Amino acid sequence: MKQFQYIRPATQQNVLDAITKPGTKIIAGGTNLVDLMKRGVTAPDKLVDINHLPLKSITPSKTGLLIGALALNSVVSENTLVLQKQPLLSMALKAGASPQLRNMATVGGNMMQRTRCSYFYDTTMPCNKREPGTGCGALEGYNRMHAIFGTSPQCIAVHPSDMCVGLAALDAVVVIAGKKGDRRIPFTEFHRLPGDHPETDNHLAPGELIVGVEIPDNNFSQHSYYLKVRDRQSYAFALVSVAAALDISGGVIRNARLAMGGVAHKPWRLFDAEKSLIGKPATEASFKHAAQIAMQGAKAYEYNAFKLKMAPGTITEALKHAAGLA
Amino acid sequence: MEKITLDKGAPEGLSRVDGRMKVTGRAKYSAEYKVAGVTYGVLAGSTITSGSIKTIDTKKAENAPGVLAVITYLNAPKIPGYQTETPAAKGALKIFYDDKIFFNGQPVALVIADTFERALFAASLVKVTYNATTFQTNLKSNLSTGVSPHNGPDYLRGSGDAYKNAPVKVEQEYLIPTEVHNPMELHAIIASWDADDKVSVYDKTQGIKSTQRSIAQAFKLPQENVHVMSPFVGGAFGAALRTWPHEIAAVLAAKVVKKPVKLVLSRADMFTSVGYRPHTWQKIGLGATADGKLTGITHEASGQTSVYEDFTEGVVNISQLMYACPNVNTKYRLVSLNVNTPTPMRGPGEATGAFALESAMDELSYALNIDPIELRMRNYAETDPQTGKPYSSKFLNDAYKIGADAIGWSKRNAKPGTVKENGWLAGYGMAAGMFGAYRGSATVVARLLADGTLHIETAVTDIGPGTGTAMTTIASEVMGISSDKVNFKLGDSTMPPSPTQGGSSVTATVGSAVSDACTQLKEKLKELNGNSESASAGYAQILQQHNLPQLEVTVTSKGGPELGKYAMYSWSVHFMKVLVHPVTGVVKIQQGLSVADAGHIVSPKTARSQMIGGSIMGAGMALMEEAVIDHRYGRLMNNNFADYHVPVQADIPQIEALFVNKPDPYLNPMGAKGMGEIATIGVAAALANAVYNATGKRVRDLPITPDKLV
Repeated sequence: MKQFQYIRPATQQNVLDAITKPGTKIIAGGTNLVDLMKRGVTAPDKLVDINHLPLKSITPSKTGLLIGALALNSVVSENTLVLQKQPLLSMALKAGASPQLRNMATVGGNMMQRTRCSYFYDTTMPCNKREPGTGCGALEGYNRMHAIFGTSPQCIAVHPSDMCVGLAALDAVVVIAGKKGDRRIPFTEFHRLPGDHPETDNHLAPGELIVGVEIPDNNFSQHSYYLKVRDRQSYAFALVSVAAALDISGGVIRNARLAMGGVAHKPWRLFDAEKSLIGKPATEASFKHAAQIAMQGAKAYEYNAFKLKMAPGTITEALKHAAGLA
Repeated sequence: MEKITLDKGAPEGLSRVDGRMKVTGRAKYSAEYKVAGVTYGVLAGSTITSGSIKTIDTKKAENAPGVLAVITYLNAPKIPGYQTETPAAKGALKIFYDDKIFFNGQPVALVIADTFERALFAASLVKVTYNATTFQTNLKSNLSTGVSPHNGPDYLRGSGDAYKNAPVKVEQEYLIPTEVHNPMELHAIIASWDADDKVSVYDKTQGIKSTQRSIAQAFKLPQENVHVMSPFVGGAFGAALRTWPHEIAAVLAAKVVKKPVKLVLSRADMFTSVGYRPHTWQKIGLGATADGKLTGITHEASGQTSVYEDFTEGVVNISQLMYACPNVNTKYRLVSLNVNTPTPMRGPGEATGAFALESAMDELSYALNIDPIELRMRNYAETDPQTGKPYSSKFLNDAYKIGADAIGWSKRNAKPGTVKENGWLAGYGMAAGMFGAYRGSATVVARLLADGTLHIETAVTDIGPGTGTAMTTIASEVMGISSDKVNFKLGDSTMPPSPTQGGSSVTATVGSAVSDACTQLKEKLKELNGNSESASAGYAQILQQHNLPQLEVTVTSKGGPELGKYAMYSWSVHFMKVLVHPVTGVVKIQQGLSVADAGHIVSPKTARSQMIGGSIMGAGMALMEEAVIDHRYGRLMNNNFADYHVPVQADIPQIEALFVNKPDPYLNPMGAKGMGEIATIGVAAALANAVYNATGKRVRDLPITPDKLV
């Protein structure tokens, strides 16, 4: 690990002042960043510790629930308001990592975690995300865990988070502070697809700080489910995961939210599939139809063709659970 | 089926004698010793897979803060044992010997610094350039290059390929991936030279004396000048059976820097430094009459090894031994690849072979429409099919019945894919395992003190099964004294010699020596007591009467010629109930049960733990473990615990272990047989068979991950 400077600025304003220089990285729980530093994937000159900033609270707002960027994954997943209003988020969080990691990981850090692609992690391998221009090792390599949507010839990595899949489904909004003032981005527009710049995971500009996420109130709390398919029952990244939220009245779907994990460079929101569900009966047939729509444009690689079958099945299954049919 | 009643009255036995030390952190493992002036070594590995080193630039690393030395093949002092031995075509990897690269990750430099962090950083500054040559790491595409180990003949009993002419037959291929031991404790050594010709090591090892011999041989030292200490080992499973290059490197480094050197492998190093269960292809042919009598077994296997060393294991042996079948032929080949050398991993070879044989037996049971247990009983070997010798003991039929009864085998629906529980497909599977019951030679010293306490020492290790607990139990039972008066010490080369802990042989071997020593002590006490047997409460008094501070015996114990008259094996049967999700392909073990015929159970509590641990290891083999190489680069893609999956708590339900618990009359005075290997052998097949019963899908290439079932 390269020698680095460590600072702990007193206030949020001091943090914003400190993070302007290139080579500076914010550290919160450190559950991913420290790994990356140990492996030599990233080598910051300076770490700015923000753990002491007052960004841990989970508070109801007029229109939703505001969760501070430094709220711990474990705390959010057990929070009464979250369990009441947004149980899907709690389910997604609990599906992620291990209890030890969730006790350290923060909401903002979870959003900023980087792909688990083996080629990204191994500094002797080609990887456009780690070292632009070196090629994509996974494209014709061991790509069992990789994306089937939104890939580019430059990168087929997936975003590893479960929490983000839940937040993408729930129309969350990211609250960002910067020297020029605060701004808000829809969660689904926070992360980006690889395109020609896989080195950039998201739209957070240099010098900006995530201060929290806001989840608007909804009518999904009775009918939501997070289903994660993985190689073991805990501490494994998703082969495919699905966040499903339904608003059902008299057996008819009034509104729906769907997002997938383990399939794209970002949490993969299924807008068309959602639309197809509105006004339909909450039946397996409707869900299967939505799953079929969701899979349009999917493209598999040598080792991940199973996702073409696993993903629609998992969508259907998650919707059945959400609707109380499974 | 006849019902076998288990002896529920059997005592539970001692709790682990060192359990409290282990859970409170007082048990010290090799890396935890505080050695004055210790320095830290970190290895740098090759980034190519085959070829040679062109240049090594160590300047930056040497100039980094705290660095004492950077050792490479260019500056390493000659290791005497490497120089004088007859140059062999193949053999163990010689570290820092020359510029040759045989596999990706092969150590090319060792950095020694005053702190671990500085050594780690400096290791990243070593710059190596290579002349890369073409390489092969893919077993499947190199099967045709396989050779017979030592050019030995293939096995044939009766006529070859007889299965082909049978009325009912099964012919299938099976594949297991590379599986890495990955004990929780990383391999670690602290080496200190006490004089020019004397070295001490705290070392993670399964063999105190074998490590002492290896280091003495490498550095041409008298054996007694090498002091090996390994009182606690945090799991090994075979990975610490031999002395590896990093251990030699640490001893060498301590000589170079003239200070103690601690070298702890990283988790990534563990994947390329201390062996693994080799990727193995197998083909089985089974032939049977319509009523289920086996008429032919053909078993072929090809396992990978390194290009510099042959590693062989008994993959096909189980097909020669398990069933009464007149016609058996087996063939075993080694495929040399640019990988590091494999090493025995729990149930070595047999676990691999049993996956294929016991899966094929299950397939045959469906082809015949005969219950899989019934099929096995119809082909039960009453004498050893290989030699015709009688068994010293065999109660496998009892084990089948005990297990079938306990798991509720009668509830199994033979038709696959037909039982649903809460939306999940449910299925039962079973498979059997066997492993040789061995007894070697061990020496113990036993001292009875005038305060009535008994102290026993021998240079064995305890890698986890509870050797100390078993030995304490044996001593306490033979002497008739309470276990808290027994103090059993192990893990130090200054103690009398004991064998390496491996191959399920320590309880039978060392236990016999403990038993013999205690018997001799009792005889001496009897002599002192005017040839009259004394109650154990009187031992202290006898010593005091004779003004003796202690009574000491040193006893070497090994089996007699009677051992050759019998075929000696331990047996196991594993049962699994699984749930498989019909849409996502997720497999959940709902219930696990293993029954062992391992003779008299010396230490019931630790034996149970060992069986359960072995079953979990088998579950990992069946459902998730797989080391993956990108064959374009020859490099491992998942050499960490996030990507290489071993079972976690959430994967493992209640697993039961039951014992036939009938003594073997011939192997040793306790009537005990080994159990470490049979705990794992057969488990993977039991799970694969359960998955088939649940889904109708037969997975013949492990691991059975969800993608293979959707």
